[in-house]
Amino acid sequence: MLKRNQLYQLVVCRFWETVREPAVLFWGIVFPVLISIGLGLAFSKNSETKFNFVIAQNSPTKLDSLLSVYGQKGTKNGKEVFVWTVEDSTLGNTLFSFIYFPWSDAIVSLKRGESDVILTDSMGKTRYHFDPFNAPAQLAYTKLSALLQSPTHISTAPQEIEPLTLKGVRYIDFLIPGLLAFGLMSSLLWGISYTIIECRSQKLLRRMIATPMKKSNYLIAIMFVRTIMNLIEALLLIFVVWLIFDIRIQGSMGALVVLFIAGNVAFTGLSVLLSCRTSKTETGTGLINLVQMPMMLLSGIFFSYHNFPDWSITAIKLLPLTALADGFRAIFNEGAGWLQVATPTAALFVMGLVCFVVGMKWFKWQ
Amino acid sequence: MFEIEVKNIFKAFKTVQAVSGISLSVKKGEFVALLGPNGAGKTTLVEMMEGLRKPDSGQILIQGKNWKKDENELRQIIGLSLQETRFPERLKVEEVIRLFASFYKLGHERVTQVMGLVGLEEKRKALTQNLSGGQRQRLALSVALLNDPQILFLDEPTTGLDPHSRYDLWNILKELKSRGNTTLLLTTHYMEEAQSLCDHIVIIDEGKIIKEGQLNDLLHPDAPNLDELFIQLTGKRLTDA
Ligand SMILES: Nc1ncnc2c1ncn2[C@@H]1O[C@H](COP(=O)(O)OP(=O)(O)OP(=O)(O)O)[C@@H](O)[C@H]1O
Ligand SMILES: [Mg+2]
Repeated sequence: MLKRNQLYQLVVCRFWETVREPAVLFWGIVFPVLISIGLGLAFSKNSETKFNFVIAQNSPTKLDSLLSVYGQKGTKNGKEVFVWTVEDSTLGNTLFSFIYFPWSDAIVSLKRGESDVILTDSMGKTRYHFDPFNAPAQLAYTKLSALLQSPTHISTAPQEIEPLTLKGVRYIDFLIPGLLAFGLMSSLLWGISYTIIECRSQKLLRRMIATPMKKSNYLIAIMFVRTIMNLIEALLLIFVVWLIFDIRIQGSMGALVVLFIAGNVAFTGLSVLLSCRTSKTETGTGLINLVQMPMMLLSGIFFSYHNFPDWSITAIKLLPLTALADGFRAIFNEGAGWLQVATPTAALFVMGLVCFVVGMKWFKWQ
Repeated sequence: MFEIEVKNIFKAFKTVQAVSGISLSVKKGEFVALLGPNGAGKTTLVEMMEGLRKPDSGQILIQGKNWKKDENELRQIIGLSLQETRFPERLKVEEVIRLFASFYKLGHERVTQVMGLVGLEEKRKALTQNLSGGQRQRLALSVALLNDPQILFLDEPTTGLDPHSRYDLWNILKELKSRGNTTLLLTTHYMEEAQSLCDHIVIIDEGKIIKEGQLNDLLHPDAPNLDELFIQLTGKRLTDA
């Protein structure tokens, strides 16, 4: 009996269409996990900091004698380099690399970004040449001049630094909820909008509405299967990051589930709105990017939006992806409960429903 | 009463008048061919009868009902194939037919039956993207036949088929005709098709009917076949070939 039910058949077909497309599975399920592992490892490893200096001078200085003691000789592209390593278990090792060039070559290497600072000497004292607005160069200068002040007395871990390794304050803790929100958005925008537009452009929508099919069932099936895929995607990601980075959900599980559903509703509505009229996949791709790109950059998925000018932050906070990502973060990292995420949850629901209703009103079935 | 009644319909697209004042009546069980060159307005006309497009003016009645009021009812009793439909590429033949069968609340039995009817049993597990052009046409036909329609609209059902497949398809339709329950309206460029299947032939050019009638009435010594007749009527050939 179930087999004769159109909603059931629509869901089954949508499901097969989705899983028979390997690219969809890869980009939708494997890729987000890989990206979070990659970024998570890149930013959580105690990595080394490296500064590159060019020495452009004629007469030997104090630096040269220090290098002969502390520096390790090596070669790079056939040139002799000295690397002076300062070990630090808290902040990570610092590597100072020195190479000898005549002045003109030194300038070239600075322009190419191969080095940060050029060193010369003036009556036995070291001179630093660098762009004062270049932050890494500035840091390189500060570090090296401090080192030269007291080359033998390097405090490995400055007393006043207390490394924070509490759960919820690492970069990976910031990143994962953002990726979860971003994955949800892109999966829905591409999954739903693209499917509908393709179906319309191939006249399949027209063929289907020439039968007694209920139009709502067609859309319900697409949305249902997409939501289930999103759920699998999210659970897999949450499981993997728990396994590798020990990320735990500190806040209310129930609130997380409801917020997740709200996010699905919001972006489903948006997808239906985006795809309600066009039958050109190119137009569709453009529209989706137009919505997705700014949010990806502004909503603080990879880096906090608090670096943007103050006036823009108010606007950024109104973006649905910001609401979702910040909500996820609050629940994951700050132990937020129902009350704290009630506003974004409600707002996302409302936005989704409004978009959906407007989209349906404008929807072109053929 | 007529199965299909079309009264003086007009349809314009932005710059083209695709259909300009066509009237047509089809009796129950009758097989009618719409014949005409590219751009004559056949597809536009048929899609209006199928309730997929709205005419600018004029009236269309199917079994005395109109699309505006009785769409749900009419959808149950008609079957159709569009001039071009691409079925979901990553679905198997059987899945596509089963999906469409569910729209009519039909089950496995009917699915197997129509697959047999159009000779797609061997391809039941093939993805539609791997079907040949002719096999795709047959899939479209099987979907059109699913609900055992009282009225069947086929838009160029045999374009792109090899002579053998075309002959197979004609036989399926002749079988339907002999049972007498189905009214058929088909568009075609092939006069043999119109000749061998249809009782009534309607020749359209530039959105108007230029001649219609039974095959024998249309032909006369100066125009011994449809191609000749067509050249006499319009100064154009029916097909480019
Ligand atoms: N969606 C549309 N928008 C604009 N013009 C259209 C549209 N559909 C058809 N036309 C125009 O209407 C006219 C009739 O087209 P139609 O498709 O009905 O012709 P046809 O008789 O089916 O031709 P063919 O034998 O090539 O299938 C053509 O001039 C065509 O360019
Ligand atoms: Mg046509």
